[in-house]
Amino acid sequence: MKQKDFIRIASGQGYWGDLPQAPYWQVSKGPTDYLVMDFLAEVTMSILQKQKSRDPKLGYAKDLLPMMEQILPFVAERNIKVITNGGGVNPQACRDAIFEIAGKAGVKGLKIGVVYGDDIFGRIDDLLGTGQDLKNMDTGESLKSVRQRLQSANVYFGAFPIADALAEGAQIVLTGRATDTGLTLAPMIYEFGWKEKDYDKLAAGIVAGHILECGGQSSGGNYLKDWRNVPDLAHIGFPIAEAHPDGTVYITKHQGTGGLVSVDTIKEQLLYEIGNPKEYITPEVIADFTSIKLEQAGENRVKVFDVKGSEATEFYKVSMAYSDGFYAVGTLTYGWPDALEKAQAADRIMRQRLEDLGHKFEEFHTEFLGYNSCHGPLSPMPAELNEVVLRVAVRDKDREAVDAFGRQLVPLVLTGPPTVTGFGGGRPKPQEVVAYWPSLIPKKLVKPVVELAGLK
Amino acid sequence: MKRIQLIKLAHARSGDKGDASNVGLIARRAEYFPILKEKVTPEAVKRHFTGICRGKVERYELPNLFALNFLLHEALGGGGTVSLRNDAQGKTMSTALLRMEIEVPDDFKIGD
Repeated sequence: MKQKDFIRIASGQGYWGDLPQAPYWQVSKGPTDYLVMDFLAEVTMSILQKQKSRDPKLGYAKDLLPMMEQILPFVAERNIKVITNGGGVNPQACRDAIFEIAGKAGVKGLKIGVVYGDDIFGRIDDLLGTGQDLKNMDTGESLKSVRQRLQSANVYFGAFPIADALAEGAQIVLTGRATDTGLTLAPMIYEFGWKEKDYDKLAAGIVAGHILECGGQSSGGNYLKDWRNVPDLAHIGFPIAEAHPDGTVYITKHQGTGGLVSVDTIKEQLLYEIGNPKEYITPEVIADFTSIKLEQAGENRVKVFDVKGSEATEFYKVSMAYSDGFYAVGTLTYGWPDALEKAQAADRIMRQRLEDLGHKFEEFHTEFLGYNSCHGPLSPMPAELNEVVLRVAVRDKDREAVDAFGRQLVPLVLTGPPTVTGFGGGRPKPQEVVAYWPSLIPKKLVKPVVELAGLK
Repeated sequence: MKRIQLIKLAHARSGDKGDASNVGLIARRAEYFPILKEKVTPEAVKRHFTGICRGKVERYELPNLFALNFLLHEALGGGGTVSLRNDAQGKTMSTALLRMEIEVPDDFKIGD
């Protein structure tokens, strides 16, 4: 196979629930070699784990299926490869569902690769028994305190197993828990033959992955510097990384789409959800974000270059989820005059009634939307509000207390301050709190499995 | 000396890392970066976020991007899925930081 001069990797989804038409736009509005889609947030796996326990054919991102139905004809005709972590806790079932869609659409010869082995939920006791503590990497707490309430445990794999699946001929690669950045780096490893010690190149691919991983957030969405002058956000072009074998990457978007790709839109995304920029840790490499250089290289085209990286750590990150009690949230809207004063009085009355009933909560949180829910105590007092939304929320281990809270909110409409509305949703019901437990595990204890299957 | 609100000098983006909020602060012009480095110290940011940030504030420099990255620990009510905040992920912490005022010399010029 002759090495390509460059490849175009298009971001199609920044999170589960992102713009559903984006994947179709990315494969149909211009040239694309790879489409990458991220579906998994921190605790998504626990939701999928529950779905799978109810039905062994579930446990993956179901929203992926209608997208696949739309894009498969283009993918087949233009030989575009698709990489996504939407396989969730059941990538095999996801694969079978896609084969079914492909069969109906008359797409022939489709090969799908599945990457799994990330799910270590069934091995937790063995791991704890053999000296792994799986302690919380943020707080240092021992896993024993939440062991019985654990709902899922998945290792974050990186780009290399995905690149292996591509090398075996997969046109679609479905993974379980894989890093967002790995989805973008994988095609570069496969196409350009990058190796585990090509630290700078791997880091360049990781930086491209970070720019792509939140979809439109690097191409004009949520752009703070000059949002008014971002053209045609209704038809926002999701970002595309044009990657070159030496590690230079150009970020762009399809011609004729809306949005904006500029040094400043890229800067905002580079600063998003990072810690120490010198140590952006991934399974493949440690990328140094302070080394990144940016240059406007044309309209909606930014050159990203000179990225430096160093050897990866000996650990994979583990993402676990556990049940941590219940919460409920409710709102009421108070109108002019004295909207804020009335909402504040309603909050006091409600708290008094709950106290009289003997209910205590781990946390009781009150905010006034229109006044302080964004900036809390930094919000200056406005002269007069036309209306304000009282938003109250509680959290506790005791489901009944949380339920009792829900029963105290709506009665305020007839037994509290006047001109109140917006109670149409009924009483707030207790929801389970699923909390996140990040941890580390030595790489030698977990091996990714790559499995290829074809449709005849 | 005169006081200037950071929104005139910088733009920003914020998000969550567990119970910490990350706020990236980017100079609107390269020439504003030195004064941001000098005045927007971790101590000043911690003071500004009184009542919101209960932990420490860490600051990192990204000079190539004329940017600073702040980590505000214990600022999101437990973080992610545990937080009861409307803004559980700290998406609006960016502009909360841009409300901050710093002192600059009287002859400090602000471009268009």
